This record gives sequence, C-alpha cells and structure tokens, in this order.
Amino acid sequence: MIPINHALLLSALLFAIGALGVFLRRNVITVFMCVELMLNAVNLSFVAFSRSLGTLDAQILVFFVMTVAAAEAAVGLAIILALQRHKDTLDVDAFDVMKW
Amino acid sequence: MFEDQILHIVPFMILLLPLGGFTVLALFGDWIKRDKEENGAGILACATVLGSFGLSVWSVVRLFGLVAGPTGLRFSQPYLGFEWIEAGGFRVPLSLLLDPLSAVMILVVTGVGALIHVYSLGYMAHDPVRVSYFSYLNLFTFFMLLLVLGGSMPLMFVGWEGVGLCSYLLIGFWFKKDSASAAGMKAFVVNRIGDAGLILGMVLIFHSFGSLDLVEITDNAGSLAKEGLGEFGVVTAACLLLFLGATGKSAQIPLHVWLPDAMEGPTPVSALIHAATMVTAGVYMVARLAPLFHQSETAMATVAVVGAATALMAATIALVQTDIKRVLAYSTVSQLGYMFLACGVGAFGVAVFHLFTHAFFKALLFLGSGSVIHAMSGEQDMTKMGGLRTRIPWTFWTFVIGTLAIAGIYPFAGFFSKDEILLGTLNAGRPVLFGLALFTALLTAFYMWRLLFMTFFGRFRGSHEAEHHLHESPWSMLLPLVLLAVGSATVGFVKVPHLIEAVFRLPVEAEHHVPWLPYLASAVAIAGIVGAYYLYVLFTDLPARVATTFAPLYRLFDAKYYFDKAYYALVDDVVVKGSDLVLWKKVDAGSIDGTVDATGRAVDAVAGVLRFAQTGLVRSYAFLILGGAVALLGYLLWP
Repeated sequence: MIPINHALLLSALLFAIGALGVFLRRNVITVFMCVELMLNAVNLSFVAFSRSLGTLDAQILVFFVMTVAAAEAAVGLAIILALQRHKDTLDVDAFDVMKW
Repeated sequence: MFEDQILHIVPFMILLLPLGGFTVLALFGDWIKRDKEENGAGILACATVLGSFGLSVWSVVRLFGLVAGPTGLRFSQPYLGFEWIEAGGFRVPLSLLLDPLSAVMILVVTGVGALIHVYSLGYMAHDPVRVSYFSYLNLFTFFMLLLVLGGSMPLMFVGWEGVGLCSYLLIGFWFKKDSASAAGMKAFVVNRIGDAGLILGMVLIFHSFGSLDLVEITDNAGSLAKEGLGEFGVVTAACLLLFLGATGKSAQIPLHVWLPDAMEGPTPVSALIHAATMVTAGVYMVARLAPLFHQSETAMATVAVVGAATALMAATIALVQTDIKRVLAYSTVSQLGYMFLACGVGAFGVAVFHLFTHAFFKALLFLGSGSVIHAMSGEQDMTKMGGLRTRIPWTFWTFVIGTLAIAGIYPFAGFFSKDEILLGTLNAGRPVLFGLALFTALLTAFYMWRLLFMTFFGRFRGSHEAEHHLHESPWSMLLPLVLLAVGSATVGFVKVPHLIEAVFRLPVEAEHHVPWLPYLASAVAIAGIVGAYYLYVLFTDLPARVATTFAPLYRLFDAKYYFDKAYYALVDDVVVKGSDLVLWKKVDAGSIDGTVDATGRAVDAVAGVLRFAQTGLVRSYAFLILGGAVALLGYLLWP
C-alpha cells in the first residue's frame, strides 16, 4: 500500500506546478489548464485522506469539485472563445481593462 | 335601569345629530341640490340642531332633577363603555360630562345655534354653494358640543381643534376673495400658537394629576399647594399655558388680531362662531378649570389684567371703526375681555353669566347687522348708511333691544351680568380694574349707540340705487331676530351664577352688596348713550373735529394699536428674513450641505489612493488571492 505521504507529496507538487503555471504563463488556455491542474491536485489529496481515514466523505466532495470543474470548463472555454474573438489574442496581460 | 341608560345615551344623541346632518350633507349634498328642493340642505341642518336643542332641554331638566351629591353638585358622566385611548397608565374614555356648567353651554350652543341656522336659510338663500355652508355649520355645532360636553381634556381638545377648523372653513367661505382666504389663514395660524400652549398645559396637568379627566382634575386641584402672587410653580405654569390657549381662541391680547379679520365670513357665521359660541370656548375652559386657576394667584392676576386691558383696548378701537361688522367684532373682543376679567377676580360664575347673556345680545346684534347688510345689498360701511329706521323697522327695533342690552340698561340682559362683573372686581379688592371696567362700560355704550345712530338715524348717505333696493328681510331672518330680542330682554333674570357655583368647588365667600353700584353703572351707560346722541345726531360735524383735536390718539385707535403692523414686521423681518439669510443660506446651505459634501469629498480622496490596487491584471489578482489564502492558512495552522 502506498503511504499517504507519497500521495500528499504528489498532490502538493501538482498544486505548485499549477499555481506557478497560473502566475507565469501568459496564454489564457494554459492558465486555465493550470487551474484545472490545481483542482485535481486538491482532488488527489482528498482521495488520499479518504483512503487513509477509511471514510467516504472526502470522495463525495471530490464529485462536487469535478462537477464544478466541468461547469467551469464549459463557461470558461466559452469566455476564452469570446476573448479571442474580441482582441485576436489570448495574452492574459492584454485583458487589463477592469481597472480604474 | 332603563332610565339610567337613557341618561347615558341622550347626551351622545345631542352630539351625534349635528354630526349626522354633516355626514348626510357632505356625502349626499349634490343629490339634494339636484332634487330641486331649494332649501333641502338648510332645512335638514336646522332640523338636526333643533333636535339637539330639544334633547338638550330634556337632559338639562333631568339633570336638575337628579339628587345632589355631597358637595351640592348635580352631575352625570355619560359613558357607553368605549375607550378612546388606553396605553399604560394613560386612559381616555369616551365619556362626557353633564353638569350645570355644560348644561348652560349646550343650551346656548344649540339654542342660539338653531336660531342662526334658521336665519341662514334666508341669508344664504341665493348662495350657490349653501349645501357646503350648512354642512360646515352642522359640523361646527358637533365640535362645539363636543368641546363643552367632553368629559376629559383630550376630548375637549378635539372639539377645540374641530371648531377651529370649522371657523377657518367658514371665514374663508368666500375663498375666491383674497381677503377672505387670507383672514381664514390668519385665524388658523394665530390659533395654532394658542393651541401649542393648550397642549403643553395639558401635559403639565397630566404630569401633576396623572389624569386628564375633568372631574378628577377639579376634585384634586384643591390638594395642590397654593401659589401666591409672584410665585411661579407648576400650577402657575400650567394655568398660564392654558390661558395662552384661551387667548388664542377667545381673541385676547396678544392673540386677538384674528377676530376682526374673521368678519370676512358670512354674517350668520360671525354671529354663531365669532360672537356667541366658539370665541367663548376660552372662557368656558378657564371656568371649567376654575379650581386649578384658583390655586395660582399669579395666573389669576394675569387673567384679570389681560381681560381688563383687552376690554379697554378693543373698546377704544371700536370707537373709530366705520365697518358695521368690525365695530361688533371689536365689541366682542371687549366683552370677552370682561369675561376674563370676571374669571381673574374669581367670579367664574359671573363670567359664565356674561357669556350666557352676551351670546343672546351679540348674536342678535350680528344678525341685525346681517339684516342691515342684506337690505343695503352687501354694503358694510356705516358712512354710507343712515335713516334706515323707517325702512327696516323690525330690524331696527330688535337692534335697539340688543344695543340696550350690551350698553347695560335695566332690565335688559347685559345690565345684570355687567353689574355683577363690576361687583366682582370690587369684592376682590381691585379698584384699578374696577375703574377700567367702568370706563370700558362707558365706551361700550358710546360706540354701540354711535353704530345705531349712524346706521338708523339721520338721512340716507348711500347711492340712489342702494336706496331703491332697501327692503326688509324675509321672515326666516326676522323670526330669529325677534326671538333673540326676547331673550336679550329677559335672560338677565336667570340666576346663572347661583345655578352653577357648585361646579367651581370654591369656598363661598360672603358677597358685599354695593347698593350704589347699579345706579353708577346705569348712569355711566346713559352718559355714553347721551354722548353718542350728542355727537352723532345733534352735532354731526363734531366727531371730525374731535378726531383732529386728539389726532395722535385717533391714529393709535385707527391703526389698532399697531398690533398687525408689529406682527407683520415680526414675521416678515425676523421669521422670513431670518429663515432666508440665516437658516437657509447659513445653516442649511452652509453647515448641513457642507457636511454632506465634505463626507463625499473625503470618500473620494481615500478612494483615489486605494484605486491603484485595482490593476486590472488577472495574474496579480490571482497572486493576491493565493497570498491571502496562504496567509489565512498560516494563521490557522500556527501552533
């Protein structure tokens, strides 16, 4: 059996990769995929805890996260499509009109 | 048992009849008019008030048939089991108070009121909006009865305000005339000042007695510490505030200015509201709370001095007026002053007696002047009248009786009540007030006979056209005149002070009869009449010369002691300009608007700094979110 620490370590690694991706990458789709990666890193730690504690609560939470992520993907990709049509670019820093 | 219930129900019926008349006229007035029944509205109004009068007579007869209580006072408190207000310790039941004082008042209100309703049938016959006129008149009768029958101060106050409203509506009845609507507003505003005093007085009374029930107040007033002259305690404060209310309603200095202007209303209204009934409400209220006023010598002295001063001042103004109704208006103010003088020297019963006789002869005089104005096709200026004696003989002879009564000639009503007021001032040991009252009596006889001589004697001074139109009034106007003349000649023999003295719960003091006083009073009255005859019949060019000889005095009287000018200056310079230059431009625009604007500018300045956090860059937001999450997590996980 894989110790829980391994799973958590992997989860933290994936989360860090995702977070860094969100901060460092400029392409909106990449940023978006990194957000998904962070979500799934959290999912992984949920499952690991669930297995180690022998309860199913966390696994139910995972289903919720997956549902929300699916909805987010649908809405998010639609927004990205709209952004692309609007400015002909997918550079995150191009979309800075929401300021004073 | 059934008898008992009747005694409780009938006084409410007295009240509700005129209210019913008002309701029907207000809701279905148009329908009555469409029915081509020319006088339908008026006849309905007359019927309700006559019904009230009948019930009042019945109640009063029953009242004096009751067994007297331990204090010798007969009274009943009709109550049908309903509360008006009940909140904690504050309770106002919907109960009335029928005792000899309110008995006298309801007889005057419904009796004189009914006659004036009948008179209005003739006087208002050609007015297109007489349905609303009669509905107001009915409403007024209801409120006036509520004022005198109400068993507690709040109920009395409802009546008090209600008659004020009706007075306003009726003064401004011909509201298309600017002066009429202005006079209505003036009456309303001036009365509000007095009413503020009345409300504050009521609050003080509730504070002292824990009750506003009239019987409880008057029963317990004697237990309060007596406040002497110059002392200023809670009783004095309450009485002076109540008296301020009375000066507003009863047109005493300094709030008398509205009554002469109130003559803009129809003449029957002047007779009913501004002579016989409503303006006496202040006297009624002071008499009703006599035990309370008796506890404060300061308040009593104030009442007496204000009354005497008002009586004298109004009489001198009446000397120089040429409008027939204004002379009567100032004479009303003057006679009300007499009543307050009587209250102030402790002769409350006499004050109510004068109120009672005054209601008859002053209503008679006003209705007579209405008949004169009717004959003169609306002319009110006495300098354009003259010689009407033979043209309108019924009006003339009834008017003579009224004038004799107000001048105080035996055996007419005014003689008895005025004599007793003079006696009251002597008994109270106030020779100065006695002198003022006696001098006022001289002036009263003089200006009233001046009015009579200018109107009915000499030759006609109006236009030929007006002379051609002269005609005696219809029977519906003459009948009330005759009945009131009979009343003015006879009611002096009713011993009103004796009938109602138990109401005041005051120790009976031995009265010193002054045998020479009636002769002196009569002599003074006759001197006034002779003087008027001398100046206005024999030597008609003399008045103008007198006026030029005493020019400063004449100007003072003619300008009504500059009260109106002073008040106008006060309102215009102090209130209006103060509001404009200080309250608006300094306080409102400066301080209040300034504070609001400064608040807005402060928020704007802070936001100007904070807005730089709003970069619009998605990644910086994401970084802040993450940073926040890490910080929160760190805080929570910190050992």
